[in-house]
Amino acid sequence: MAGKRSGRQTAADTRSIDRNALGIGIATGAYALSFGAISVASGLSVLQTQTLSLFMFTGASQFAFVGVVGAGGGAVIAIVTALLLGARNSLYALSMGPVLSSKKKAIPLTALLTIDESTAMALRYNESKKASRRAFFATGISVYVFWNIGTAFGSLGASALSDPGVLGLDAAIPAGFLALLWPRLTGGSTSENRKMWALAITSAAVAISLIPFLRPGLPVLFSALVAVAASVLWGKKSRPIERN
Amino acid sequence: MWASILVASFGTYIEKLIGYMLPHRMLERESIRRMTGLLPISLLAALVAVQTFALNQTLVIDARVFGLGVAVVALMLRAPFLVVIIVAATSTAIVRWLGWLP
Repeated sequence: MAGKRSGRQTAADTRSIDRNALGIGIATGAYALSFGAISVASGLSVLQTQTLSLFMFTGASQFAFVGVVGAGGGAVIAIVTALLLGARNSLYALSMGPVLSSKKKAIPLTALLTIDESTAMALRYNESKKASRRAFFATGISVYVFWNIGTAFGSLGASALSDPGVLGLDAAIPAGFLALLWPRLTGGSTSENRKMWALAITSAAVAISLIPFLRPGLPVLFSALVAVAASVLWGKKSRPIERN
Repeated sequence: MWASILVASFGTYIEKLIGYMLPHRMLERESIRRMTGLLPISLLAALVAVQTFALNQTLVIDARVFGLGVAVVALMLRAPFLVVIIVAATSTAIVRWLGWLP
């Protein structure tokens, strides 16, 4: 079935892609509301908050950046944390390159739209390059628009409050990170999920134990070493299987 | 603040751009794929922990823990993002208002 249709794209396919792209955009827009509010509560201005959504445009890095700044971690640690979290976008871009085969002129914009959601949608509609492209750009543009609208409303709303702490916004920050983490802990096979939980809990424990000894922000950076260690450890284990 | 915002935004944008410039065969390197997959998990888990238990450089247990617990329940019930955030914030505010936890 899928083979027969490959290379072609019906109007119904396009509609279904666009509808899903719109839905994802609205959902992330709602999430951007909380980003805008948290960013202002962390001490950034409305304009600074919007700049992050317009140009950084990658949720986890944005949340991490304002989280570190808000906790008093300082600029360098905030930048490094954002970059470490954004490293996966390089990988997305690497895998999207051949699929999208954008013209040179279009690459700067294509790069900006390369995020979790657009990449996931492009991979989901992989029956043809055309469908993949449509899914990537429809999702990327939809998320971009709603993400920025949500950010604006969230930051303007929070800046109208005198004390955001009263509303429990300080708890919204870890809840936001948890919501970003959750699909990565529950989305795989049972054994895969178990590994990811072990990694997450170890990383959290390392970070907590370092809080009293290091300036804010650094414990999170050190937890990245747990990922490096796990990567080496699990790599060794899986190698003999791959050779078979 | 502006300088760090611009540097961080530029840096994360270059990360995206660089993926379109590098040769596609880099993807075949298992170690690179594994590392970039695991990094977000470690960092996000650490961020959850620190943002819940740290007050500057001291470990504290305050109303945020309650809010995080509520967020876990909401996620287990497959609540959408915004609902998770709102119930976490609201429950934290209520616990604080009741004076159960600081």
